[in-house]
Amino acid sequence: MNVMTNPTALDVERIRRDFPILKQTIRGKPLVFLDSAASAQKPRAVIDAMVNAMETQYANIHRGLHWMSERTTEAYESTRDAVAALMNANDRSEIVFTGNSTGAINLLAHSYGRGVLKRGQAVLISGMEHHSNIVPWQMLRDAHGIELRVAPVTDAGELDMAAFEALLEDGKVGLVAITHMSNVLGTITPAERIVRIAHAHGAKVMFDGSQAIVHRKVDVRALDCDFYVWTGHKLYGPTGIGVLWGKRDLLERMPPFMGGGDMISSVTYEQSTWAAVPHKFEAGTPAILEGIGLKAAIDYVQTIGYDAMAAHEASLTEHALARLAGIQGLHILGQAQDRGGVISFSLDKAHAHDVATLLDRQGIAVRAGHHCAEPLMHRFNLDSTARASFGIYTTHAEIDALADGLIRVREFFA
Amino acid sequence: MTQTDSFDDLRDLYQEVILDHGRRPRHAQRLDAFDSTAKGDNPMCGDRVQVWVKYDADTIGRVGFEARGCAISVASADLMAETVQGRSQTDARALFAAFREMARTGICPTCNAAVADALERLAPLSGVHEYPSRVKCATLPWHALIAALDGTKEASSE
Ligand SMILES: Cc1ncc(COP(=O)(O)O)c(C=O)c1O
Repeated sequence: MNVMTNPTALDVERIRRDFPILKQTIRGKPLVFLDSAASAQKPRAVIDAMVNAMETQYANIHRGLHWMSERTTEAYESTRDAVAALMNANDRSEIVFTGNSTGAINLLAHSYGRGVLKRGQAVLISGMEHHSNIVPWQMLRDAHGIELRVAPVTDAGELDMAAFEALLEDGKVGLVAITHMSNVLGTITPAERIVRIAHAHGAKVMFDGSQAIVHRKVDVRALDCDFYVWTGHKLYGPTGIGVLWGKRDLLERMPPFMGGGDMISSVTYEQSTWAAVPHKFEAGTPAILEGIGLKAAIDYVQTIGYDAMAAHEASLTEHALARLAGIQGLHILGQAQDRGGVISFSLDKAHAHDVATLLDRQGIAVRAGHHCAEPLMHRFNLDSTARASFGIYTTHAEIDALADGLIRVREFFA
Repeated sequence: MTQTDSFDDLRDLYQEVILDHGRRPRHAQRLDAFDSTAKGDNPMCGDRVQVWVKYDADTIGRVGFEARGCAISVASADLMAETVQGRSQTDARALFAAFREMARTGICPTCNAAVADALERLAPLSGVHEYPSRVKCATLPWHALIAALDGTKEASSE
């Protein structure tokens, strides 16, 4: 079989034409962008939606009675419907817009953590979390007397399910906050099982879906989780907008996070009352243009379809794992059975930063460092790895370029 | 088998001197007898270095270091140790100021004659100026050295 042919239903060449940036050359070489897990590139549709809004109708939302404000409010609020449909939420009011995943998790740690969890209860995370799903819980622990527990990761980079369940046994865990897909290992966690086990022990579950939403169809009702967060810029959308989905009754029990305009029902100097969910959690003028851009990104992704995206990515990942396995002295971090298109690796004799810079010289963009997951790095006795990650526009030829580039780096340092 | 010629595109930053000192640093050791030591830490990328200094009367007698980091940071630490040994503290500080300028901009219009020879030795590292995120790799060991000279225990790269 010719590895250059694309074995999936997805027409990558057509998709690539939708992303203006991919036409660029870097140092005279065609850009090979393998850093989508950090942030994905934007299709023309997203760029146009934002520019169009600015050129034709832009105004603040939820507060003007004039035509422009109404048009823009409508456009912004239609994103909420699109997000609800994307995640199969029960209701659009369960969709809270935040700045990013970090903002969503901090909101939850504050409002659910301080408002609903009780002193002496625990939050359970895993050993493969991004810092943004560690630090807010640490802050909650220190400010509010909530215990923080960490479920270990196996040598293969999977969640240790026996240990996970054991940590729930005493019934103190009020919330499991765990990644749905690791941004370092590519591991997809067994979400349904996690929810079943957590619920059986009386704990609610929040998934950090920052990576997973890009690669898998997320159906929050089928998962039966309680909260799900993600960030727009990784799903081919703009920066500055993220999502917290929560079951409505839980959102209603949570006190607001930030106070200000848009989140109130009425204000006097004596007291204020809160707007209904989700607006209770959306203080201040939101990221209007970014919200409009996110709608375009969701429409774009839905048109391609998750089945085609997942199949394309599985094929890329399989090809990459095979090519990288053939490189002497290269070690892949994480061998999870269920994994997405994110591959971390190290090379004997070459530090990850040198690998990244030397690949960059060849027009290939990867990330190097601790990937905002220092505890996970320490778990594997590493300071840093290089990481290649794939998007809908990634080609098999680009993976071959990566492998060939790495072989040159290895020879260069030999 | 070396393929030097086919690596032209990789050589501008990773010159032979850097590869050599990155691979086989001469001064990468903790000093048993020392007067001062300090650590440098780059939280953005996880690079870590510790520098030990032994004075010899008015001059820096010996410098040793331990580094966990890329070839550039190890080579920079090694070339630093080599170039500051035998110099006064004042000269070492002047050299750092000049080197930092060179790492940031690729040139060093203000470099004075007192450090010109040493700076020439460090010149292969000037290629980092094209990579703003890598400038810190080259300067981190120097920050640790200056912290050791100052008698403070920790330095972080800018
Ligand atoms: C797994 C995971 N969680 C959280 C985040 C944080 O996303 P953001 O920086 O958009 O808040 C990221 C990405 O950086 C991530 O990969």
